[in-house]
Amino acid sequence: MAIANSGLINLGNPQTLPPDWPGGFWWHWVLFTIVIIAVVIVMVMAFIYMARRQIGRMQSRVGPNRTGPFGLIQPIADVLKVLLKEGIEPANVDKPVYWLAPIVALVPVFVIFAVVPFTDGGMLADLNIGILYVVAISSISTVGIFMAGWGSSNKFSLISAMRVVAAVVSYEIPVVLSIAGVLLLVGSLSMNDIVLAQQDTPFILLQPLGFIIFFIAGLAEISRSPFDLLEADSEIVAGFHTEYSGIKFALFYLVEYGEAFLLSCLITTLYLGGWRGPALPEWLWFIVKAVLVWFVMVWLWATLPRVRIDQLMALAWKFLLPLALINLLITALQVLALPEGSLWIMIPINFALTAVLILVWSKLFKLGWGRVEV
Amino acid sequence: MAIKTEPFVLNLGPVHPSTHGVYRMRVTLDGEVVVDIEPVVGYLHRGIEKLAEERTYTGVIPLTDRLDYISSMSNNLAYVLAVEKLAGIKVPERAEYLRVIMAELQRICNHLIAVGSFFNDCGAYFTPFLHMYREREKIIDLFEMVCGQRLTYNYMRIGGVSQDIPEEFLPALEKLLEQIHRSVDEFDLFLKENEILLARSRGVGILTKEKAINCSITGPVLRASGVGWDLRKADPYSVYDRFEFDIPTGSAGDCYDRYRVRIEEMRQSLRIIEQAVKQLPSGPVKAEVPHLVRPPAGDAYAHIESPKGELAVYLVSDNSIAPYRCHIRPTSLLNLSALRDMVIGWKIADLIIIFGSIDICLGEVDR
Repeated sequence: MAIANSGLINLGNPQTLPPDWPGGFWWHWVLFTIVIIAVVIVMVMAFIYMARRQIGRMQSRVGPNRTGPFGLIQPIADVLKVLLKEGIEPANVDKPVYWLAPIVALVPVFVIFAVVPFTDGGMLADLNIGILYVVAISSISTVGIFMAGWGSSNKFSLISAMRVVAAVVSYEIPVVLSIAGVLLLVGSLSMNDIVLAQQDTPFILLQPLGFIIFFIAGLAEISRSPFDLLEADSEIVAGFHTEYSGIKFALFYLVEYGEAFLLSCLITTLYLGGWRGPALPEWLWFIVKAVLVWFVMVWLWATLPRVRIDQLMALAWKFLLPLALINLLITALQVLALPEGSLWIMIPINFALTAVLILVWSKLFKLGWGRVEV
Repeated sequence: MAIKTEPFVLNLGPVHPSTHGVYRMRVTLDGEVVVDIEPVVGYLHRGIEKLAEERTYTGVIPLTDRLDYISSMSNNLAYVLAVEKLAGIKVPERAEYLRVIMAELQRICNHLIAVGSFFNDCGAYFTPFLHMYREREKIIDLFEMVCGQRLTYNYMRIGGVSQDIPEEFLPALEKLLEQIHRSVDEFDLFLKENEILLARSRGVGILTKEKAINCSITGPVLRASGVGWDLRKADPYSVYDRFEFDIPTGSAGDCYDRYRVRIEEMRQSLRIIEQAVKQLPSGPVKAEVPHLVRPPAGDAYAHIESPKGELAVYLVSDNSIAPYRCHIRPTSLLNLSALRDMVIGWKIADLIIIFGSIDICLGEVDR
């Protein structure tokens, strides 16, 4: 199965299309591309609006409420404002790198959405190496961000760029290892298969430890609070996009929130049962779950102080990595030893193991320890 | 083969989110590690000491508002104490109590901002900051009730205060005290044991007792290093000797201790205000003082425990209506003198929070 149906061949294989899709592959491709770009941009706007309102509430203020009903038009106003700004290019920038950086950072974010199943099979390409594709492509954004930091010849940007490379290299590993736990349960790399496999129970119940690791490491990978060292505003001003203005800044903003939406989608797909759910249409379930994940992310954003770079590294290598390895081992043993269909035994065992492991490991690991020099 | 690296100079400020004004540091960094810093001050210099020589003694009071503009009341107090010492003016009891109440409210105000912006420097995206501003706003409302101003109060006068408190002040104050008590407890509940906060601030930027004394550090920064020095107890001015309160001290002298000392000081200030309200006598709020004060030739030095530390005013009089010389001991500037020793070897993120934990106000540093 694996070789005959490899992902690249699948891309042009009409069998992966919905059977009643008119027009064949190219129509499918064009339409989905437009739909994906529209969905991502609309969701990014919704996320910005939600974040601003939610943080407002959490900070005992109102948040934007003047532009349109409940301030709903605010993100559009924001976008317009940013687009109409003059794009200032500092004197000493490395021009090609400086201009390419926003594009290099943005394109992978959109490209990944090709394999995100918004409904059953509702995706541009049901690659059977879906999750591998996600992991591979998502790292490219980092290159764009590093280019921005390097090219804008600003020391704040450079520090930020160095930080992001260090963080992403470290956090890629726990992310992949925690995904591997899910893959052992599913037996397929296809994103749609992962959702299909969650027929009985979402994987958050079977993989609680994996979920926690993926969530934390994911936050660090897209540099969201408390790991937002990338644009630590109190330290390095605006990080890599200090020197960007106008539409180039808007693109970075889009990257930032696009990645947040992407992480919400991945968590939804991998752990929360994707588009599965009673009564409501599938795509709506998917969006609701993604928004819930975003809610938690904004909650953390409004609550936690930022960690330091060496603590960030220590957390990845001394806390998340060992736990992810243990999680992988446990999952592998369970898949091997337990007979099929014994999910309900796995849930209590895994929750107990998660609690014990996290408690024990927190005793061994304190965030203040272990200064890793960067 | 080892990669060759070289330190680079980063210019933090004068326009930077975490320099609390227009302070500037030329930081030499080795990667993320601070090798050296060179402070540059003077961007907010307005020549207040010189201006004071051109004004009448009463006319200087509004200038002192603009020193440490976060705690104007305390600056007013330090200055009028110096003038009263110089001219030998006796202040009515009620005015003394009002001064104490205002100064302690001001201390709470200042510490709320200090702790709030400290958390902001730690990266807590404005949430603690805005919650503390909410509480500060309530205190500011009271100040507005008393003197009509919200930032530069100009409330103290030579020989008393500008006007008596309105009727509705005391009930409002009582309500406020209870609210602030609750909020301070709430801050503790959420912030005290936060793992990230502990990791970021405990053991970071240690200032030893000896170093602190040698650099003539005062205020919460000194007390966090374990020295129980507080002018309200060590050299009581006004009516501070009539109140019961403790001096909170830290042990390690790190950023966390400085934050803890400030929180505890807020509690002690609340205690003082409660006692002051109970003891508040009736009577006049201003002594009979001529419009143009003409103190005898001589000099006077008055110091108070301002929220940031020892704030002192030294006045020289040549028996005219304007001070011959007015020197202000700037707490913030002197507290900054230990910054370099505290930050070397720490990372740039630590530099920011160590700087934030000193709690300076550029209006006072540059004068």
